[in-house]
Amino acid sequence: MALTLFRGIQARPLLPCSSAFIARKHVLFCSMQSTQADTTVKTKQQAPSNFTETARAKAVEKVLKDYEAIIGIETHVQLSTITKAFCSCAYSYGSQPNSCVCPVCMGLPGALPVLNSKVIEYAVMLGLALNCKLALSSKFDRKQYFYPDLPKGYQISQFDIPIAANGFIDLDLPLEFGGGHRRFGITRVHMEEDAGKLLHTGTGSYSQVDLNRAGVPLLEIVSEPDMRTGIEAAEYAAELQRVVRYLGVGNGNMQEGSLRCDVNVSIRPIGQLEFGTKVEIKNLNSFSAMSRAIDFEIARQAELYDKGQADEIVQETRLWEEGAQKTVTMRKKEGLADYRYFPEPDLPEVILTEEYVNGIRESLPELPEMKRRRYEEMGLSMQDILFLANDVNVAHFFDATIAKVPDVKLAANWIMGDIAAYLKNEKLSINEIKLTPEELSELIASIKNGTISGKIGKEILLELMEKGGTVKGLIEEKDLVQIVDPAEIEKIIDKVIANNPKQLEQYRGGKTKLQGFFAGQVMKESKGKANPGLVNKILVEKLNA
Amino acid sequence: MACTAGSKILENYRPAYDASVVRKLRECGAIIVGKTNLDEFGMGSTTEGSAYQVTANPWDLECVPGGSSGGSAAAVSARQCVVSLGSDTGGSVRQPASFCGVVGLKPTYGRVSRYGLVAYASSLDVIGCFGTTVADAGILLQAISGHDKLDATSSKRDVNDFTSQFISKDYFESQPLKGLRVGVLSETIGDGVDKEVVSSIRGAISHLEELGSTVTEVSLPSFSLGLPAYYVLASSESSSNLSRYDGVRYGNQIVSDELSSLYGGSRANGFGPEVKRRILMGTYALSAGYYDAYYKRAQQVRTVVQKSFKEALDVYDILISPAAPSAAYKIGEKKNDPLAMYAGDIMTVNVNLAGLPALVLPCGFVENGTSRLPVGFQMIGAAFDEEKLLRVGHIFEQTLQGCSFIPPIIADEFKC
Repeated sequence: MALTLFRGIQARPLLPCSSAFIARKHVLFCSMQSTQADTTVKTKQQAPSNFTETARAKAVEKVLKDYEAIIGIETHVQLSTITKAFCSCAYSYGSQPNSCVCPVCMGLPGALPVLNSKVIEYAVMLGLALNCKLALSSKFDRKQYFYPDLPKGYQISQFDIPIAANGFIDLDLPLEFGGGHRRFGITRVHMEEDAGKLLHTGTGSYSQVDLNRAGVPLLEIVSEPDMRTGIEAAEYAAELQRVVRYLGVGNGNMQEGSLRCDVNVSIRPIGQLEFGTKVEIKNLNSFSAMSRAIDFEIARQAELYDKGQADEIVQETRLWEEGAQKTVTMRKKEGLADYRYFPEPDLPEVILTEEYVNGIRESLPELPEMKRRRYEEMGLSMQDILFLANDVNVAHFFDATIAKVPDVKLAANWIMGDIAAYLKNEKLSINEIKLTPEELSELIASIKNGTISGKIGKEILLELMEKGGTVKGLIEEKDLVQIVDPAEIEKIIDKVIANNPKQLEQYRGGKTKLQGFFAGQVMKESKGKANPGLVNKILVEKLNA
Repeated sequence: MACTAGSKILENYRPAYDASVVRKLRECGAIIVGKTNLDEFGMGSTTEGSAYQVTANPWDLECVPGGSSGGSAAAVSARQCVVSLGSDTGGSVRQPASFCGVVGLKPTYGRVSRYGLVAYASSLDVIGCFGTTVADAGILLQAISGHDKLDATSSKRDVNDFTSQFISKDYFESQPLKGLRVGVLSETIGDGVDKEVVSSIRGAISHLEELGSTVTEVSLPSFSLGLPAYYVLASSESSSNLSRYDGVRYGNQIVSDELSSLYGGSRANGFGPEVKRRILMGTYALSAGYYDAYYKRAQQVRTVVQKSFKEALDVYDILISPAAPSAAYKIGEKKNDPLAMYAGDIMTVNVNLAGLPALVLPCGFVENGTSRLPVGFQMIGAAFDEEKLLRVGHIFEQTLQGCSFIPPIIADEFKC
């Protein structure tokens, strides 16, 4: 019913708003779960074709011999608070249009914003995680412009005093991109509210407004112009996503628009001091798109420089077209937009106490950079480190696994090998499988102490991932305990030798390769449970007796 | 009931919810009789700025009732209801109370929730009370005061029982206001103020002295700065607050196949001249390059005004001034002279800038040809001390001899 609430841009009869007001009370609370970890490494493989990839990389490499690219990124992170920033509406992505709305987020006359304190908490968390200096006293401001998805005619944001500023983010570049540690500056982090969405009709004759997203809390993170390549920019965004997910302040999902990046790119001939004209790129829906769009833009600008047409690089907003793999002009900037910012009179100042900040600082989880450094100290390779630390759920799984059986390398191998392969095949995330870290650690222990063989371990693992259960239970149920009693193994070997007199004769006649045949028969007879080391040891003795 | 705020842009708009003050009143068992006329979005001092009707002053039907909450004042003055609510951004409760001969109470900013009040200037808007007696206004204030979780600017301070301190005149001591220190704002009883108004105020002052208070004239040098600062700040905030009336979601919308003309047309058609004037002034004041000279400067003035009131109220219990420089004037007299109308707000705007409570009480009359028009005086108190204003006002009105503030046209029905 609330769907019919908003008229399109064209005139349609006025409908009462009360239905929407009632509707919001029936909105279900949905928690937003992180389901996938899209990293540059992964999405990279989805790029159109290897040929264009390589060609692009080569082109950029060539350009960067003569030019330096300056890249800065503005990121909007949607916070996964239960209710919106300034009202008590719950929001969940994909709800019926205008079903998560109330007088406040619809901008009805007389409605007033009241700040959700979780927004401050999450902003402080991210500010601290990005090594920022916090403003103990900040405020909200109104950013004013007209657009149908902006119900009040202004966005509540922070202008001259952001809640956090002057920080940095550390990351490790993947080895396939040359590796190396990077530190990129964070200019500021501020709180604001999201706008609604316009739904355009097929015919284009009118548009409709969906205000579900209006008032959803955002943190805008502005980077220093510290990135020099598309890869660096994409890795910066991927690391930001990791931090957001590690903190649990948002789901960081780019496809749903929970993490949105706008990129500013300019280039200058190497050695030149002043910056070139910067161009903004929008519509970047994945890290790989980001990386490709930036490289395209660098090459485009370099070509203009080369041709002596640098003056054709103008301050504008360009759109990345995924299909055509290029950026196109969206709008040229006609001077600076005047948003007529002024302090939001409906909201009091945001005052943080030292105790409050310290409380949050102390409760921060281990962040990606700290985790990577810890894994490094454990002796893991950078490739392993990046794989494990990329996805917060994988990292948690790994940490829980090694908590009991601290065999770091074995745990890493199981997760990166059999488990990762299974996840990929089944298109699942690590917390969607039935296997628990405790059981993985039990499995590793059972193999280490010889209760089961590695081969049986692999079989059990599959069952644990699919159906769950415990390692002990499965071993018992299936009678899989390894036979380590030499007397019992001897018995089986005697039987096998007795049953194969011909082969024994051949073996003793010099065909020692037949040892493998006997070993296989013994394993078969023991249903795979005989300890292979003992089997070989005893077999040799018996055969050569 | 429709909620138009006196504007054509909200013609037929029916709100989805009750304002917090209305909800509270209903919870107390109040009967909501109706809604009253006002200057469009509270912008005006005569109620002529309504897009719908011109409200007349019950004392003289050819005169304005004041504004912007002129309808509320006139309704109480004509005894059409017991009490009414208005909104006071720069004097819109107090000035019409004075013009209509009723009690007008502007509470401290934050005392009453603004949730559901159609915003004009958020940092100045206060919902106020009209009544024929101080007691009625006090009872109304009691019902609507207190913190509201829907208004982040509403105060969490406890609300005292305003009416418990009311003393009937039968129990008065000889000098019930003994010890009360009263400061008369000297800037408000000099040049530019109607002589008859001044003599009414002087009458009220002598009455206060008779009741035992000590009265001193006090000068607030920042007083004259308040008016320009007020018009910059109120216009700036209103230019922002009125952005939501864009014809997209509710209210009057013109037919257009292009977005900017939909906005332009709906707003050009829906807003009246005074509203447009203030939106333009406010937009200008907030524009890049002008912000520092106007908005920021006005905020600095506001701080100075707040400070000077605070200092005066450290010395005096209450401060006194007229509620308006004149009594009610003829309908149409200032309609085409906005600056003259703005100047009429000189007595009240400083109180909004300082966020203080003020009570306007009828205290006398001015002759107006064949008729008489009431005049009110304003008592300004310390923040959140409405209690003192109500106590003093209650004593004052009970002891005011020879004045009956019932408009002649209804006097026959209401003579006591």
